Amino acid sequence: MPDSQQPGSRQAAKAVPVPTPETQPFWDGCAAGELRLQRCTDCAQPYFYPRPVCPACGSDNVEWFTASGKATLYSYVINHRPARGFEDEPPYAIAVVQLAEGPRMMTNLVGVPNTPEDLILDMALRVTFEERGDVMLPLFTPAGAAGMGQ
Amino acid sequence: MSRTPGVIIAGAAETNEIGRVPGQSTLALHMEAALNAVRDAGLTLQDIDGIATVTTPGPVQVAHALGITPGWVDGTGVGGTSFLLHVRHAAAAIQAGYARTILVTHGESGRSRVGAARMQQPPSSPPGQFEAPYGTLGPTTTFTIPALRYMKDYGLTHEQLAYVAVAQRRWAAKNPRAAFRDPITVDDVLSSRIVAYPFHLLECCLVTDGGGALVITSADRAGDFPKPPVHVLGTGESSEAPMISQMADFTESQAFRRAGRAALAEAGIGVGDVGHLMVYDAFAHVPIYGLEALGFVAKGEAGAFIADGNTEPGGRLPMNTNGGGLSYTHTGMYGMFAIQEGVRQIRDEAAAQVEGPDVSVVVGNGGMFATSGVLVLGRQPR
Repeated sequence: MPDSQQPGSRQAAKAVPVPTPETQPFWDGCAAGELRLQRCTDCAQPYFYPRPVCPACGSDNVEWFTASGKATLYSYVINHRPARGFEDEPPYAIAVVQLAEGPRMMTNLVGVPNTPEDLILDMALRVTFEERGDVMLPLFTPAGAAGMGQ
Repeated sequence: MSRTPGVIIAGAAETNEIGRVPGQSTLALHMEAALNAVRDAGLTLQDIDGIATVTTPGPVQVAHALGITPGWVDGTGVGGTSFLLHVRHAAAAIQAGYARTILVTHGESGRSRVGAARMQQPPSSPPGQFEAPYGTLGPTTTFTIPALRYMKDYGLTHEQLAYVAVAQRRWAAKNPRAAFRDPITVDDVLSSRIVAYPFHLLECCLVTDGGGALVITSADRAGDFPKPPVHVLGTGESSEAPMISQMADFTESQAFRRAGRAALAEAGIGVGDVGHLMVYDAFAHVPIYGLEALGFVAKGEAGAFIADGNTEPGGRLPMNTNGGGLSYTHTGMYGMFAIQEGVRQIRDEAAAQVEGPDVSVVVGNGGMFATSGVLVLGRQPR
């Protein structure tokens, strides 16, 4: 497990997630090209972000499963004041997507211009992955788009 | 509900200057605000036996710097609404007999950054793993994300969102201490530069220096102070999600709803009894969420309610009458200033005084819709 950001990696200037024991299976899934979520084996509720107790019923009988990678666009902003590492990019969307399994997650949107005209709420998306330091970071792209990913 | 004798705000004051105050550190702003509030109550620091403030610089530092030896300490730090929670916790402590006269302080060198804490977000924390990698840069890129969903689901227009800033500027124009006082139009707002679409610069709060403090004590001492007592009639607090991406429904704040309903219920009042309202406005959409969460208007109606003039000078529900975080001041943790304006309105000493409100409601926000405290303040005891 990485314990520090590696300055030599390709996009070291952007924030790099540092997994914890509880989140490592998620990042292992990303490295394998899979979006893995957790669900409760008592109440069947799927959930994200990774944590050891079901937020719906309080059970600690939880398991990992591989999600479909399908999502829809729930909401976003287009940021004009770039964060560290994003300075060379045009204004970029910081989006929240609704996964087909129910949970939501933050992401960036690739394979589509990040403009209000092109980013339509509820549009169909699918997961793709981008190398970020020591991890593969899940991003989303329009469902019909060609490109990397599955 | 009979919980006697209740508590009052006996002293309330801001720092001498707000806005750009590079000559004072965060701690010095706390101290000046504290002295001003204690003097406003006709007391001295030796009368204070309880202290509450946010995590940084913290109640230990503030108490020690002022020579206070507290018998009750509260360091609740849940963002800009923390001071509303401090008032609630102070009320409980006074009624339990843990303290008699509690000081709540805020100071923040938000603009000049003198002696200010740096916000830390470890890359192994949940936000560090699941939000920061996507290029978030503070509240402008996160607090704002729910708005587009609300706009699509409830038909809020860009013009209505912009009008929130226009309405508040009309209050600020009446307030000599407000940072921005020149009138603005919807066109001015929409032609200001985009910070994070759909938000323009004039739809985002200021970043300033300043502070404020409160003295809370038992209502059985209501006649003992130079200023009219401000009774704390009801209080509420709640929290929702630590990350904006995990907010349950992007069109409503559960924390506002829970804290607001608790405060109104404790006060035994309905929204029709409220003559003055403060809703923490870090961004133009937040008052919309606040109006709806507390039930002042139905879901989806707040944008039109504001655009129809109901909350501006002459409207039937005066809201954010100091000019708000958009035009008055916003140090980073604005909640203290919202309380101060509620107190001034109940005391009839506001710069833009409304017609004698008997009840003022203050709705606080912490983080990105993460936490809320709500206070119901009144001229008369419950």
